[in-house]
Amino acid sequence: MILRRTLLAAAATALALTSGAFADGHEKLKVGFVYVGSIGDGGWTYEHNQSRLAVDEAFGDKVETIYQESVPEGADAERVMTQMALSGAKLIFTTSFGYMDPTINVAAKFPDVKFEHATGYKTADNVSTYSARFYEGRAVQGHIAGKMTKTNKIGYIASFPIPEVIRGINSAYLHAKRVNPDVEFNIIWAFTWEDPAKEADAAKTLIEQGADVILQHTDTTAPLTVAAENEGVIGFGQASDMAQFKDGPRVSSIIDNWAPYYIDRVKAVMDGTWETVQTWDGIDTGMVEIGEITDRVPADIKAEAEAMIEAMRTGAYHPFTGPINKQDGTPWLADGEVADDGTLAGMSFYIEGLTGDIPQ
Amino acid sequence: MYKLEKRPNPSNLWAYLTPFLALIATMIAGGIMFWMLGKPPVDAIRTIFWDPLFNEQFAAYSRPQLLVKAAPLILIAIGLSIGFKAGVWNIGAEGQYVIGALCGAAVALAAYPLEAWWIFPAMVTAGAVGGFIWAMIPAILKIKLGTNEILVSLMLVYVALELLSSMSVGVLRNPDGNGFPGSRNLQQYASAHNAEIWQGSSVHWGVVAAFSAVVLAYVLMSKHRLGFQIKLAGAAPKAARFAGVNPHVITAVCLGISGALAGMAGMFEVAGPAGQVSIDFASGYGFTAIIVAFLGRLNPWGILAAGLLMSLTYIGGELAQFIIGLPASAISAFQGMLLFFLLAGELLVNYRIRRAAPRTVKEAV
Amino acid sequence: MDWSAINPAFYVASVMVAATPLLLAAIGELVVEKTGVLNLGVEGMMIIGAVCGFITAVETGSPSLGFVGGALGGAALSVVFAVLTQFFLTSQVPTGLALTLFGLGASAMVGQSYVGIVPPKMPQLMSGADLNAFERIVLGHDAMLYIGLAIPVAVWAVLRFSRLGLILRAVGEDHNAAHALGYKVMWIRFGAIVFGGACAGLGGAYLSLVRVPQWTEGMTTGAGWIALALVVFASWRPLLIILGAYIFGGIAILQLNLQAAGSTIPVEYLSMSPYVITIFVLVLLSALHKYGISRAQAPAMLGRSFHASN
Repeated sequence: MILRRTLLAAAATALALTSGAFADGHEKLKVGFVYVGSIGDGGWTYEHNQSRLAVDEAFGDKVETIYQESVPEGADAERVMTQMALSGAKLIFTTSFGYMDPTINVAAKFPDVKFEHATGYKTADNVSTYSARFYEGRAVQGHIAGKMTKTNKIGYIASFPIPEVIRGINSAYLHAKRVNPDVEFNIIWAFTWEDPAKEADAAKTLIEQGADVILQHTDTTAPLTVAAENEGVIGFGQASDMAQFKDGPRVSSIIDNWAPYYIDRVKAVMDGTWETVQTWDGIDTGMVEIGEITDRVPADIKAEAEAMIEAMRTGAYHPFTGPINKQDGTPWLADGEVADDGTLAGMSFYIEGLTGDIPQ
Repeated sequence: MYKLEKRPNPSNLWAYLTPFLALIATMIAGGIMFWMLGKPPVDAIRTIFWDPLFNEQFAAYSRPQLLVKAAPLILIAIGLSIGFKAGVWNIGAEGQYVIGALCGAAVALAAYPLEAWWIFPAMVTAGAVGGFIWAMIPAILKIKLGTNEILVSLMLVYVALELLSSMSVGVLRNPDGNGFPGSRNLQQYASAHNAEIWQGSSVHWGVVAAFSAVVLAYVLMSKHRLGFQIKLAGAAPKAARFAGVNPHVITAVCLGISGALAGMAGMFEVAGPAGQVSIDFASGYGFTAIIVAFLGRLNPWGILAAGLLMSLTYIGGELAQFIIGLPASAISAFQGMLLFFLLAGELLVNYRIRRAAPRTVKEAV
Repeated sequence: MDWSAINPAFYVASVMVAATPLLLAAIGELVVEKTGVLNLGVEGMMIIGAVCGFITAVETGSPSLGFVGGALGGAALSVVFAVLTQFFLTSQVPTGLALTLFGLGASAMVGQSYVGIVPPKMPQLMSGADLNAFERIVLGHDAMLYIGLAIPVAVWAVLRFSRLGLILRAVGEDHNAAHALGYKVMWIRFGAIVFGGACAGLGGAYLSLVRVPQWTEGMTTGAGWIALALVVFASWRPLLIILGAYIFGGIAILQLNLQAAGSTIPVEYLSMSPYVITIFVLVLLSALHKYGISRAQAPAMLGRSFHASN
């Protein structure tokens, strides 16, 4: 008995020591990241990983970050998250929409582990969601594209018909049309996020059909490499800055900058102040960053674009401000009316002027 | 001079020994690769092969997960192995897997939100029938016109994948899903959910089906007349014809069985671990199963072992990724090496190395 | 939709570029299959060729050397297949699949630090925006595209007219007879496999150096499998490989053109059309064979291991 009690006491002391150590910041907080692509994809997953490195940088030896790349959505994702939680991770970021249900399932099994799911809409006591208002960046792209196109044809390489992508098309078109009533959008649905050969062929096709601006909502730099070979064609970096094309076709970019959010949430777990939130941030918090607008864009257009960025930063301007009609001509937003987040989040219709149908 | 001599019968001793030799060789070669990547080789190998089974932190969870991950591989591989024995090359199990999942899920989604006992059996049937029909396309073309079944079944994989993405954003899309692609989650629909059978075990009906398939295939191939005919058709097509075996029937039966099993595997997966039809639902089980079938020497028990081994490298590979920081690509290269060694080891089973007398000119001719 | 938006000269030129990687990989596999070996590892050899070609081109600054690197890379991986299947007598189907698995992983490992780099550009005979249709289609390409067209012609000539061709075919039609005649079946197959690997490597390098051009993990996205289909599609006739590759590339590019021009045909049907049409052609060909209008030419020993028993 005595032996046992001593052991217990020792255990209690050890426990006190470790929890004390935790408060002192000697015990590392383990943070997990689940990626859908490889960290070398140069786009979506690459930026998530850069932001993970920023977490390492910000907290030094107070955190230990672990990650797993190329995790298929579905059954495998659920296992990966469970194993991460079992390995002692206290905060897990799941960075693709398809991880939504697995995240909710695993979170139910580990109530003391916090989960952060990107681009989803389901939350729980220990599950927050976060996403970025990329359509703000698309508005800037649309403006520059509408002003700079000489052929009045803008090519758009879309991935899958999901609200995120449809919002982007609508936002870009709205702002292109506003500055150039003759503008026309040619849209190719690639049905892939990452297939360089197909993206390159799509860009080539669009250029051959007269487009001189290529907007892309797929993740590789292939469309930019094609644009680089065609004089007078411009494009934009997607998800990442794609700065290697700055001397060529890339005139600006939309950068996903998750670092401030990640650092914020890691800190919240350390401080014990973490609670469920649904974050949808844009240019204002820096989650959506507009990459440098190059000198290829004439100074006046650049100034207008920067003014627009500034207006969105301060909240003075919302890209979806009425009057806007839907594709079939029925009114959506009245004059001066601003779109509500619910409609935007589930957007599944084109606005007036776009041709073609969204694939169903 | 050494030379190879074919054994009259495969060696039993080597049949059991070579997989272990291959494993050791892989560990050495893989260890060198990990070391060159700047990762601790011994830790990496231990994490891949040991931790999923015996690590205190993970094993309780990982052990049943091995079964869950192996189940579709085994179920598909069993079907394929029967065809391979007969010389019927179904390379398109991935497509049959996807179609089975779509059919199974479609039945559930059509019945939603009705709760009834017959829904799950109906889904299993629909999944099997879907895979069966998809496999009958190459079968009928082969029988009627002699079209190569390898190519047709392979092309049908791509057609099935396009159907999958079309269905996920179209007909089967969850109407309450805020416009996102993907169907309703069947895990939240009790009558359709391929749930775990024992609490906390993660073992679902697909695992049961996989084990049953192993036993049934064993009985079919070693005890039943049809199994004999299948083997005969593969080993000696002409002799089979004289013995009254109809090659068309064999083609249809083999493709049909493998298609139905692949379809069922897809259905169990979509209704269980995956939960929903989504664009990324297909993850290559249909192709990996071909490797599993051969690693198992087309023998049901061998396939069971091979499926579990593949599953171990998947799960161990996942652990090695986030514990040691091995890139996902290193794991797939490592799996490739393991397969090379396992396949190379077959040599010792079927052949023996003999010291040969210097050849005379006559012998060489 | 607006048909006038599709410029035929541009379209044909794009098809030629899109078809070249398939064509290169397929002609290599054709030679391999002619000797009776089925190598399902084309995808793996292509991606290794893509990464090796890319790295060589970036490091040396020369795209031509890049193609040499790509061919060597593909050939090196095929040696693994050749050793396993010819000396260790492994089954060809799983060995080929394992080759693909290994190639995809190894290429991603090697190529990690080459993501996002722009490779040196392969010069074209004529380039610029003001080419006429003839110049664009016939002269507006890089040297490799013409080499790609020349290889099938050369393979056709060798198989048809030369002694080497006769030996290759003999090995594929009846390896026991070829062995009895004193040919070293294993080494002939070994050579054919390595040639196939080099061609697949060239195809991969064309993808990463010309068609896209960049390096991304898994960038072949199934091209190797299509190449395998093309061999059967062409009924093992080298010149038909060119036709097959152009038809396949043609449909793939056409569906993008139709979309961009505002076609109302649903995207998913357009995307699956290359595969469905391949099946139709296969069916048509086999129907022709069946009714004796044309001969099937699958090598008799395809997929069978050979071991000299004496």
